[in-house]
Amino acid sequence: MSALEFPEPAERAPSDFPNPLPRPEGEFDALKNTWHPPRGISFITAVNNTYVGLWYVATAFLFFVLAGILALMMRAQLAVPENELIGHDLYNQLFTMHGTVMMFLFAVPAVEAASVYLLPNMQAARDLPFPRLSAYAFWAYFVGGLVFFSTIFFGLAPNGGWFMYPPLTGTTYSPADNADWWLLGIGFIEISAIAGAIEIIVGVMKTRAVGMSLDKLPVYSWAMLVFAAMIVVGFPAIILGTLLLEMERAFDWPFFIAARGGDPLLWQHLFWFFGHPEVYIIFLPATGMVSMIVPAMAQTPLVGYRLVVLALIATGFLSFGLWVHHMFTTGLPKMSLSFFSAASTAVAVPSGIQVFAWITTIAAGRMKLTTPSLFVIGFLFIFTLGGLTGVMVAVAPFDWQAHDTYFIVAHLHYVLVGGMVFPLFAAFYYWVPVASSRALSERLGRWVFGLMFLGVNITFLPMHVTGLIGMPRRVYTYPVGMGFDALNLVSTVGAFMIAAGVAIFLFDMVRNFRFAMENNAGNVWNASTLEWLPNGNYGTRSIPAVNSREPLWDQPNLSREVEAGRYYLPGTVTGGREALVTSPFDARPQYILQIPGPGWQPVLAAVFTAAFFLLLTVKLIFPSFICGVLAVGCVIWWLWETDPGPVRPPADIGGGFTVPVYVTGPMNHSWWAMIVLMVVCGMIFTCLIFSYLFLWLVNPGAWPPAHVTLPEAVWPFLAATLYAAGAFAIMRASRLLRGDARSAPRPVPILIGTALVLTCGASAVDFLTLWQTGLSPSVHAYGAAVYAILSLQVFFVMTTFIMGLYTIARWLASKLDPVRRTTFDNMMLFWYYTTGQGLAGLLVVHGFPRLTGGS
Amino acid sequence: MGVESTRSRLVRRLRTRSGDWGGLLLGVTGSGCSGIQSALDPAGADAARIYWLTIILAIGGALIFVGVTALLLYAIFAAPARRAWLGGRRTIVYGGLAFPIATLSLLLPYGLTVMRDVDAPAEDALQIEIIGEQYWWRVRYPASREQPEIVTANELRLPVGQPITISVTATDVIHSLWIPNFGGKIDMIPGRVNRLSFTAERAGRYRGVCAEFCGDQHARMAFDVLVVDAAGFAAWRAAQAEGAREPPTPFLQRGRDLFRSGGCGSCHAVRGIEASGTFGPDLTHVGSRRTIGAGQLPNNIGTLAGWIANTQHIKPGVRMPSYGMLSGEDLRALAGYVESLK
Repeated sequence: MSALEFPEPAERAPSDFPNPLPRPEGEFDALKNTWHPPRGISFITAVNNTYVGLWYVATAFLFFVLAGILALMMRAQLAVPENELIGHDLYNQLFTMHGTVMMFLFAVPAVEAASVYLLPNMQAARDLPFPRLSAYAFWAYFVGGLVFFSTIFFGLAPNGGWFMYPPLTGTTYSPADNADWWLLGIGFIEISAIAGAIEIIVGVMKTRAVGMSLDKLPVYSWAMLVFAAMIVVGFPAIILGTLLLEMERAFDWPFFIAARGGDPLLWQHLFWFFGHPEVYIIFLPATGMVSMIVPAMAQTPLVGYRLVVLALIATGFLSFGLWVHHMFTTGLPKMSLSFFSAASTAVAVPSGIQVFAWITTIAAGRMKLTTPSLFVIGFLFIFTLGGLTGVMVAVAPFDWQAHDTYFIVAHLHYVLVGGMVFPLFAAFYYWVPVASSRALSERLGRWVFGLMFLGVNITFLPMHVTGLIGMPRRVYTYPVGMGFDALNLVSTVGAFMIAAGVAIFLFDMVRNFRFAMENNAGNVWNASTLEWLPNGNYGTRSIPAVNSREPLWDQPNLSREVEAGRYYLPGTVTGGREALVTSPFDARPQYILQIPGPGWQPVLAAVFTAAFFLLLTVKLIFPSFICGVLAVGCVIWWLWETDPGPVRPPADIGGGFTVPVYVTGPMNHSWWAMIVLMVVCGMIFTCLIFSYLFLWLVNPGAWPPAHVTLPEAVWPFLAATLYAAGAFAIMRASRLLRGDARSAPRPVPILIGTALVLTCGASAVDFLTLWQTGLSPSVHAYGAAVYAILSLQVFFVMTTFIMGLYTIARWLASKLDPVRRTTFDNMMLFWYYTTGQGLAGLLVVHGFPRLTGGS
Repeated sequence: MGVESTRSRLVRRLRTRSGDWGGLLLGVTGSGCSGIQSALDPAGADAARIYWLTIILAIGGALIFVGVTALLLYAIFAAPARRAWLGGRRTIVYGGLAFPIATLSLLLPYGLTVMRDVDAPAEDALQIEIIGEQYWWRVRYPASREQPEIVTANELRLPVGQPITISVTATDVIHSLWIPNFGGKIDMIPGRVNRLSFTAERAGRYRGVCAEFCGDQHARMAFDVLVVDAAGFAAWRAAQAEGAREPPTPFLQRGRDLFRSGGCGSCHAVRGIEASGTFGPDLTHVGSRRTIGAGQLPNNIGTLAGWIANTQHIKPGVRMPSYGMLSGEDLRALAGYVESLK
């Protein structure tokens, strides 16, 4: 019987449920025991999404409060003109840290954190597919974020603005470590974000309730899917940007130094190719939350579901075509300004669709004015205004006036506070009953809303005028008599009102939040989606089958039946933690994913990763190196326990589905994750090639510069042949790993070893070829770009090397055979990618200058 | 000439009306909108075009905002029967799709037209070069026809009614040149030369600032813009082309000697006394400028003396060190000499 052909719930006979009652003795206890968190100090090794999700949300909120305090200090300084409260040095650190912490340590982690908690619940999955990866992402962020933030107490915080424009952030004008803190600190927080994005993509696509086909997916899941895809495409640009700037700072490779062929604008392109989508990366998950809250509050399904989903996807696409609107004053030709102006206004359309979908839904239902509703209304009010000023600044000539003034400060806060903070507070009030045995106070909630709503408008509405009458942003003080005084004082008063609102919220949390697993406050809003099912650490007792977008409204007895264990997989079939993997489109059960449980590995790996980057920042190279090795070691230790193989024959999960507990190939969740990771890597490489070509456009007559000789063509051909031969050896090994045998043929490790030698050899030839020509990376941007392409390739070859050795070790330990070959598959995919990147790099480095007629 | 004066009359008229509008629309303290550094007080056709664009965008935005908010409140509070028409998919298609597309299709051509007309270089424009440096402005009027080159700093003098094209770049970090009363800003980027064109059509004093964060003293990087009539401009230009004035009194001569012996000339140029430093502002006619310290203090002997002795206190992080070791008498003489360089 198919999951998609259930009869209507009302007329369903007992036999129509996937599993019969009563359930076997001890089945539920076994499930509970499996998912029990570790006790004592080991509690921090918990990896379950319920714990990690809440820690993650709490940490993100901590950074919101901290960055908010920085903002209050700035507002105090600006309250009166020529104020001497805070000096320029601290002030410049304050605004840099406020922006950086709010964007990188609060906004992105907060929405990612919320989804770690919510997504599995909403899709009735037991956990996310890679819980240890979530734990790793969280701990790296927690440790690294706190250390990064604490630099403000030592005067070491970055002070070049959150967009870190070189040359101001180069060594000449920022010789101290402050800028390095930003580059390395943010660098690995981005890695944490990408880890989360991979998790979310695979989670949304592969772990859902049975029958939750794409057209029944909660809008929030859609939003998170688009969010994660945008991170995958957008973050690589900033990762590459920070790499290039750090290489310039550390090794004097002149990517952004005009005197040596570099260009400061390259950074701006890379930064804003990430930076603009970043705004939507923050905003889309928040709209996803609103699209869940509005139907619950209005007690009616979302009107225009398909339009809203289309709007989410359209926003994702369009947001990558407008980065130049942050660069309208950089002197680009009016022709290209026109294009980006048009694209920037166009993005208002999908936002309009969403706003009208919510208004329509409210009109179709009966809106209860609860605290979540108030925050949603506040969001619509503030965000609409921010969106309209967004259209204003999309019109280039207006932006020439408004750019880098307080008008922009006003606009961006309307968009981000309205578009993200208000929905997040709505989400807190709305979803706390899932995680707590008590809901938050409606009475206090009204105060929180009132203070924050008035505060935001009092702070930021006057700033529109402050900017247009001439106050630039990022100034630590301003002269008397310019007409700025009164407006600034009003803004300062408003800022403290927001703070008061947040303080009451914290009080409310302390008073009412009581962590609960199985005795949560329940479905207090009579909402329709699966996170309101009775649940525990294990998620829901059995994995429900759904046949609508509002399962709790359309299947009235669902809660009871799920809790009784009548649906799929009501216990554990392997004796360990499991998730049911479903097909990506129509969500049919595919296999049982054996999920790793608590462990020190992700915690230690994260701590060492953070230590690696942080020690590198303060130039403690050797300890940093040790930590890097330890981090890799911990990751290997962690991975060693994965890829368990088919520990038992296919299991009956009910409803006639007998599914395997282990699969390999394109159906496998880690195959998907690997593909996403390859997209990330491919984007980093693409951005690097873009940088190479951009620098060529800046130096059209000097590519390569006059003193550079190109190596003879035979060497790159040799390197290419070696790369190809290495990949071919891996392909042979893969062929040998076919069939059902449970032991791996001996040639497999030999082939992998051969491939390792060939690939490393290719990389060495590649390097020596350039080295022998005497090309220097620090004389001219050409050399810097070439060596950057080479360095990235060497990094990938080194990673491949470790993966190859690891795979051989798996063979030696008899953990690799034609059936149990996920480890091999992952290595193989990565190997093919490294080969492709190596060949493309050779083509560009050695082919392009010949094409452009270099010497 | 006739065309020019018509244009400036037009702008004057526009301005008076726009002042009213601005006050009405934004409802803020009247003094705020009209100002020497305000985009809401245009003093040239370019700024006026952007001003009207601003007004139209603001009014349009406000109307849409009121409309959306009204719909939202109606959806919440109207009786279910009365608001039922709003609750269908049609609302989304009309309100969220058709309406924005229609509005933006009207707005975009208008915006692009304004973009075409604003910041358009004119053939006969007066050429000026400005280089942004941490944290001041190097200003150069290149030689043209029979006019010799002149070099100054932190002050821009413009003839009323004549098109201007300013070429900008930077030598250290990115700065951005912004004179709100005349139009938008243009970034000053090392390795690139950008241009900004406008016409100042109302005589008077204005103020420009750096709009791109450029380091410690970004907040204190401003300059005066003085728009004068053609004759006044010509006279000023001729005076600026002269060498430095000889100090007329022994006291001021002592100041000049201190200027020489103190090594001021290694950073500052004063044409005529073999001080030829190019690191800091050219001081040949510094006494003729309104302000010192890149628009920070009025220019007189007292502030000059204070500046020389206390640069690092007044503008911490600025390249010039404080010369606090000078005796009071020496400081006065030096400041007096600098002030006399009219």
